[in-house]
Amino acid sequence: MKTSMTRTQRAAVGQGVKEGAAQAAPSGTRQSARRATIRKQATAWAFLTPIVIYLVLFYAYPLYTNLDLSFRDYTLRSFISGEAEWAGFENYRQVLTDNTFGTALWNTFVFTGASLLFQYAIGLALAVFFYRKFPLSSTLRALFLVPWLLPLLVSASTWAWMLNSESGIVNAALSWIGLDPIYWLTSPDWSLTAVLITNIWIGIPFNLVLLYAGLQAIPTELYEASSIDGAGRWRTFWSITFPLLRPVSAITVLLGLVYTLKVFDIIWVMTRGGPGDSSATLAIWSYRLGFGGGSPQLSPAAAVANILILIAFAFGLFYVRAQRKALNQ
Amino acid sequence: MTTNHHLATRIGIAFTGLTLVGVLAGCSSDPAETSSPATGDETTAAETGGTYTLWDPYPNRDDESTWAMAINACADELGITIDRNSGNTGDTVKDLTTAASNLPDIAMVDNPKVSTLADAGLLTTAAENGLDVSNIQANILSAGEIDGDVYGVPVGANTLGLYYNPEVLADAGVDIASVTDYDSLTAALETVVAAGHKGITFSAVGTEEGTFQFLPWFWGANADLTQLDAPESVAALQLWTDWVADGLAPQSVLTNTQGTSWDEFLTGEYAFAENGSWFQGQADEAGYDVIQIPGINGGSAPAPTGGEFMSIPVQDDTARYATSAKIVECLADGSAGATSLGYVAPNAEGAAAQAAENTAGATEFWVKAVADAKPRTADNLGTDYPIISEQLYTAIQVALSGGASPEDALKDAQAEADSRIN
Repeated sequence: MKTSMTRTQRAAVGQGVKEGAAQAAPSGTRQSARRATIRKQATAWAFLTPIVIYLVLFYAYPLYTNLDLSFRDYTLRSFISGEAEWAGFENYRQVLTDNTFGTALWNTFVFTGASLLFQYAIGLALAVFFYRKFPLSSTLRALFLVPWLLPLLVSASTWAWMLNSESGIVNAALSWIGLDPIYWLTSPDWSLTAVLITNIWIGIPFNLVLLYAGLQAIPTELYEASSIDGAGRWRTFWSITFPLLRPVSAITVLLGLVYTLKVFDIIWVMTRGGPGDSSATLAIWSYRLGFGGGSPQLSPAAAVANILILIAFAFGLFYVRAQRKALNQ
Repeated sequence: MTTNHHLATRIGIAFTGLTLVGVLAGCSSDPAETSSPATGDETTAAETGGTYTLWDPYPNRDDESTWAMAINACADELGITIDRNSGNTGDTVKDLTTAASNLPDIAMVDNPKVSTLADAGLLTTAAENGLDVSNIQANILSAGEIDGDVYGVPVGANTLGLYYNPEVLADAGVDIASVTDYDSLTAALETVVAAGHKGITFSAVGTEEGTFQFLPWFWGANADLTQLDAPESVAALQLWTDWVADGLAPQSVLTNTQGTSWDEFLTGEYAFAENGSWFQGQADEAGYDVIQIPGINGGSAPAPTGGEFMSIPVQDDTARYATSAKIVECLADGSAGATSLGYVAPNAEGAAAQAAENTAGATEFWVKAVADAKPRTADNLGTDYPIISEQLYTAIQVALSGGASPEDALKDAQAEADSRIN
C-alpha cells in the first residue's frame, strides 16, 4: 500500500516535470514519451499490487497449503515437529477407494442438482410474479428475502426442530391430515430430502433477487410489441423473457452451483451427514475426516476438499466457455 | 521507568503467555532498560509466585463460579496467579495442536483425548513433571495411563446411571425392583408404553457422546471394544435397535445429545432415561430416582468414566513443571475442585467426604457407581480408542435408523476400524 502511494505520487510529480520540459525543449519529446509509458505501466502495476497481494495471501497460499497437505501424511505430531512425510497420491487413492466416496459424490450430485433446479424454477416463477406491480408487492418481495438474511445456523436449527421426528410441527401437521409421521432426520431414506428442502428454501431469495433484477433489464418495448402481435402470457415468457434472461440465468445458476457444492452448515447442524452416510456430501465428509472423529485424518480431508475444488473449477471453466461463445455470436 | 517495565512485562505475559522467567531474563540482559534492584525484586517474585495459565472446557462457569473459586483458592495457597481460559470441549485437540509453540501450563482435556494428545508429544508424563498421583483412584487414573506413563490426573469423574420417573412407573404398575437385567428392563418398557407413556430416552448421536452412552450396554453384554462384530456386541446393539424399532425409545435418540435427551425426560412422559451424574441435582428437583444400569444377565454394567484430565503440556522452561504439578495436585486433592464441577472426587478421602455430605452428583450412589466404572481408553486401547469409537457410533446410527442390521453394521465397523488401526 505504502509503495503504491509513493509510486503514484512520483508518477504525478513526473507528469508535471514532463509538461514543463515539453514546453522548454520540444526535441526531448520522444524520450519523455517513452518514459511516460513506463511510468504509466508502473502506475498500473502499483494499482494492481494490493489485489495481487490479496489474491496471493488469501487464495493462492491457502490453495497451495491444501494441496501440500493432501500429498503428505499429516498427523497431530506434524504440528509439533513441523514435518510430514510425502505420501504422493496415497491420500487420493485412500479417499477414492473408500466406501463413503461413492455415496458422498452421489449425494453431492443429487443435493446440488435438485437444489439448483428447484431454487431456479421457484425463484424465476416468483420473479415473474413480482414483475407485475400490485399493492404491497414490494413488501411481499421483501418478506421473501428473510430466509437469506437469517444466519444459516438459525435457519438450520429451526428446520431441524420443525422436522423433528417426535415433536416436530411438520409431523404434527401430517398427523392432522391422517398421514403417518416421516422420520425426516433419523431415517436414511429421508435425511437427504430433509436437508434438501431446507437448502432450497434458503436459496430461493438469492435466485429471486438476481432474476428480478434481470427482468428489469429487458426492454419493455418487446413486451408491448408482442402484446400487439397478440402473444399470450405463456408465449411471451418462452419467446421473450426466458431467452433474454439467459445471461442472468447462467450467472445465477453458476453462483448457486458453487455455493451449493460446498454447503456445509445446514447439513452439519441438521443431520451431521447421517444417519450413517445417508446425507453426507463431499463437503461434510471432508470435515468429518478432518475434525469430526476422535483422530483427525487431515490429509485425506484435504484430498476430498481438493476434489471438490476441482469439480467447482470444471463447472467454472464450462461457464466461461459458454459465456465466450455467447459473446462471439 | 520501573512502572513502565512492570506494565510491559504484564502485557507481555497476558498476550504471549511467554514464561515470566524468560521475559525477565530478556529484560535484565539489557541494563539500560531497568535498574538492577528492580530486576532483583522481580526475579524473587518469579521464584515464589508468577502467573500460570490454565485452559478448561467450562465456558459456562464464569469468574464467580465455585470452580473459579476453587482455582483461586489453590492460587492463594501457592502464592501465585492462575490465568484461567475457557474454551469449547470439542475444540480442545485442535486448540492445543495449533498452540503447539505456546501451550498453557495446565490443559484440561476430556479423558479419551489424553492418549491422542500424549501421542502427538504435547503432554508431559508424571515422571517428567513430578506429579504425585499416589492418592488417585486407579480406575479413574488409568484413562490417562499409556504404556505405564501417566499423563495427568482427573479433576474428578462422572458416570452414567439409569434415571427413572417413579410417577410413570407407579401409573403403569411397574416395580423398579423388577428391573434387574436387559430382558426385565425391556419388559418394563413394554408395560409402560402399553399404559400410554413413553419408554426410555438416551443419546445415540453420531459423536463421542453416542459411544459414551452405548458403552454400559456394550460392556454389560460382556462385549469388547477390540471385537465390534462379536456376538456379544451384536446383542448389545440389537437391544437398542429393537427399542427404537418397537417404539420403546423415540426416533429422536439418533439426534439427541445428552442435554436434549435430558430435556425429553424432564417432560415427565418418559419412564426411563440413561444420563449422567451431572443431572442429579435436576433429578432431585423433579422427583426422579436413579439406579445403576443393569448387565445383560443381572448385576450392574460397568459404565464409562467421564470427566476431564488436568494435563501438563510441554514447556520450553521445564522449571515451570514443579509449580504446575502443585496446582494440579491442589485441584485434585480433597473434594473442593470436584464438587465445584459436580464430579466425584478422584481420591478416596474426598469421595467419602462428598458421599457423607450428599453432594449433588457425588452422592453415595454416584461414588459407588464411579468406583465401578471403567475408563474408555482402558484395556490399553490408547490412541486406538477414538478410531474404534467413531466406527462404533457410526454403526449405532446405521442400525438404529434401519440402514442395516446390527450385525452388518458392526461387521462394517470392525472392518473399517481394522483398516484404520494398522
